[in-house]
Amino acid sequence: MSFPDGFIVHEHDVLVIGAGGAGLRAAIEASGAGVTVGVICKSLLGKAHTVMAEGGMAAAMGNVDDRDNWEVHFADTMRGGQYLNNPIMAEHHAKESPDRVRELESWGAVFDRTKEGKILQRNFGGHRYPRLAHVGDRTGLELIRTLQDHGIHQGMEVFMEMTVVSLLKSGGRIAGVLGYDRERGRMHVWKAKAVILATGGIGKSFRITSNSWEGTGDGHSLAYHAGAELMDMEFVQFHPTGMVWPPSVRGILVTEGVRGEGGVLRNSEGKRFMFDDVPDAYRAQVATTEDEGWKYVCGDKNANRPPELLTRDHVARCINREIKAGRGSPHGGVFLDIAWIKEKIPNASAHIQRKLPSMYHQFKQLAGVDITTERMEVGPTTHYVMGGVAVDGDTQESCVPGLFAAGEVTAGLHGANRLGGNSLSDLVVFGKLAGEHAAKFAKANRAVEVDPAQINEHTQEIEKVFDRPTGENPFAIQYALQDAMQDLVGIVRTEKEMELALVKIEELKKRYKNVGITGHREYNPGWHTSIDLNCMLTVSESITRSALERKESRGAQFRDDYPDKSAECSTFNLLAKKAPDGTMEIRRRPVVAMRPDLKAIIEKMK
Amino acid sequence: MPTAPSNPHSQEASTTVQFRIWRGDSTGGAFQTYPVVVSEGMVVLDCVHRIQAEQANDLAVRWNCKAGKCGSCSAEINGQPKLMCMTRMETLPVGQPVTVEPLRSFPSIRDLVTDVSWNFRVKKKIKPFKPRKPDNADGSWTMMQEDVDRVQEFRKCIECFLCQDVCHVLRDHHKHDEFIGPRFLMYTAALEMHPLDTEDRIADLKNNDGIGYCNITKCCTKVCPEHIGITDNAIIPMKERVVDEFYDPMTRLFRMFKPKK
Repeated sequence: MSFPDGFIVHEHDVLVIGAGGAGLRAAIEASGAGVTVGVICKSLLGKAHTVMAEGGMAAAMGNVDDRDNWEVHFADTMRGGQYLNNPIMAEHHAKESPDRVRELESWGAVFDRTKEGKILQRNFGGHRYPRLAHVGDRTGLELIRTLQDHGIHQGMEVFMEMTVVSLLKSGGRIAGVLGYDRERGRMHVWKAKAVILATGGIGKSFRITSNSWEGTGDGHSLAYHAGAELMDMEFVQFHPTGMVWPPSVRGILVTEGVRGEGGVLRNSEGKRFMFDDVPDAYRAQVATTEDEGWKYVCGDKNANRPPELLTRDHVARCINREIKAGRGSPHGGVFLDIAWIKEKIPNASAHIQRKLPSMYHQFKQLAGVDITTERMEVGPTTHYVMGGVAVDGDTQESCVPGLFAAGEVTAGLHGANRLGGNSLSDLVVFGKLAGEHAAKFAKANRAVEVDPAQINEHTQEIEKVFDRPTGENPFAIQYALQDAMQDLVGIVRTEKEMELALVKIEELKKRYKNVGITGHREYNPGWHTSIDLNCMLTVSESITRSALERKESRGAQFRDDYPDKSAECSTFNLLAKKAPDGTMEIRRRPVVAMRPDLKAIIEKMK
Repeated sequence: MPTAPSNPHSQEASTTVQFRIWRGDSTGGAFQTYPVVVSEGMVVLDCVHRIQAEQANDLAVRWNCKAGKCGSCSAEINGQPKLMCMTRMETLPVGQPVTVEPLRSFPSIRDLVTDVSWNFRVKKKIKPFKPRKPDNADGSWTMMQEDVDRVQEFRKCIECFLCQDVCHVLRDHHKHDEFIGPRFLMYTAALEMHPLDTEDRIADLKNNDGIGYCNITKCCTKVCPEHIGITDNAIIPMKERVVDEFYDPMTRLFRMFKPKK
């Protein structure tokens, strides 16, 4: 079959798109299985968004509290996800994450230690026991650097600063992918027997986000347009604590570790407002006095956690409520105070700097605030999407044969809300599974030919923006979309506002058809944004349509017009799929039934 | 330095700053001037993005996390190697143009983006981590915090390559083929000082990595955004190990009869 000229062609058994924690772990696993592996990163190797993860990775190793085990972790994860999680994935995750942590140590990771010389674990929201293996507040950097430094010796071929434009299929199966390199703007075709999506999140669809420029939902969109299903897209996590000032850093994450180390939230009246509103499901686990909360932070096994360590969805809504009620901080947030612990411990300043070095520097350098003596101002920021590609819980394969997914781009583990610390463990547990099963698939199946007509069509699609030098500015459309999503599909949602959001998204889709670019193909950010926009529009539509369809408040979704949980809505997940006529269809699918033994664990842990 | 409470809706005093940005590629280029309206709290990267969005859609700049954690947006600001995302406008001289140019120790790709692939090739040549057998039945090891403090300091590195950019051995003498630069001398030190590691990289440091070229001017330490003691804590101890191994006859003789590590 003839191939169009001007394309650079590569061939691998398994191709991984994304080089954060999940992508690298998948690539390592597939390489170890003896197949050829390619890894495409949107940035330079080692710069992926995983690097931003701060608090730690959850694994029930019981190093700090020996009452912890995989059953408790499983129950915590399901409770946090409001039982919309895929229990099979939650089981894999709870059982396998301790091994994945120890494996990182065997590859050179250096976690903080307990007094006995074991891996230290810290408290986090929604986890019953101290469970997060960590390195100060730069755990993500440790994870990605460890995987990177180990991975480069495993034989994988790495393609840096390249972006995938579409998945290529043949006879219903994955055949490869089409993309371009940022450096020269050349088109590339990767032929592959199996493709693993590990592209991370979608935060850039919102104005205030902790995500970097890469979080444009590429994998979500690629999968959707290739016929895969997107599940649980209505569940977008707004992290309660992002920076709010100065304006240029609004949204940058302030780790939950600050609260894990004793940080408290106060409003403008100085009140610890989190004590006012404790959900029933957690009442038995939450401290009733400030003193008890502090004892918990210090490791007292008889004390309950402070209410600041409730799940993220809840804390974010409480902060939102304080701000709206006029009890916020000067720049529109609330106060987060870690400096107060100097009343409790000697050398508090040095302790804070050692436990939270990145936070110390971040506030000192970017906001001129010394967190060892002053309060921080924080507010909710778009952080994580629980929804993503629907996959088989054991193999991570989507409904498109040969297409696998792992990490944030996947749905299932976290249900309606993710617990802090469950993301880094998600990456390595399911990165490994995806790598293993993609390699198996590649060994069991012959390659299928890529279709030159598909390649030409997709290439023309992204190149025609150069023919419209006076067309719409892609950045202007991006900003308009971010405003619409932030203002109309944010922390508090209503049908009326979301209907309006859909109208705006349709308008933006029309404007998008007229996007124009000036300049050249080499490292041209305008061009790249024009391509990312397609993904952001698809993702935004799926979030909005799913959120409309779920007429209840559960986990990360809060509907002002349906403020309570509904029993009916607890029985299904929502799937977004591209219909034959090109429109987006939303349908319900019953939640994955829980095995009796897993059900018994949930009952036991109630 | 408390933040003065202010009305979030009031427009902070904004001024216009002239940005001189190097634009070009491997064949050459020149500075171009862009006026930018700067308001309170902005960093250099914000200004570059504003230029990109409003005046030059095709201005090439590499960035990612915008929080000093990924090390992508390295550049030379008023001649100083810095991260654009962590350089606040308030820290630069008032009323003067701000010059932004790419890292000069690496080949230009376009505008502010340079080809740093050499660094990735260098890393791959360094012998990887090789741990001793696990101490415990579950495959884990016992390590005390005080034994890993130093290695953790080195592992804070975000690979921004500012240290590589400023090192005169690379920048002025172009010894890229014979010298791995401060980043990778420190990377080697982190492996050598890792309590579990059993590999030996001392001969490589002397013979292949060019550690002798470093004459301890500490320029790398000065520009490190993570404030890592690159010279004092990593390079000098490695130089001492090289000396011990190759230039001290007594130690060398003594070591012949001692088990490795």
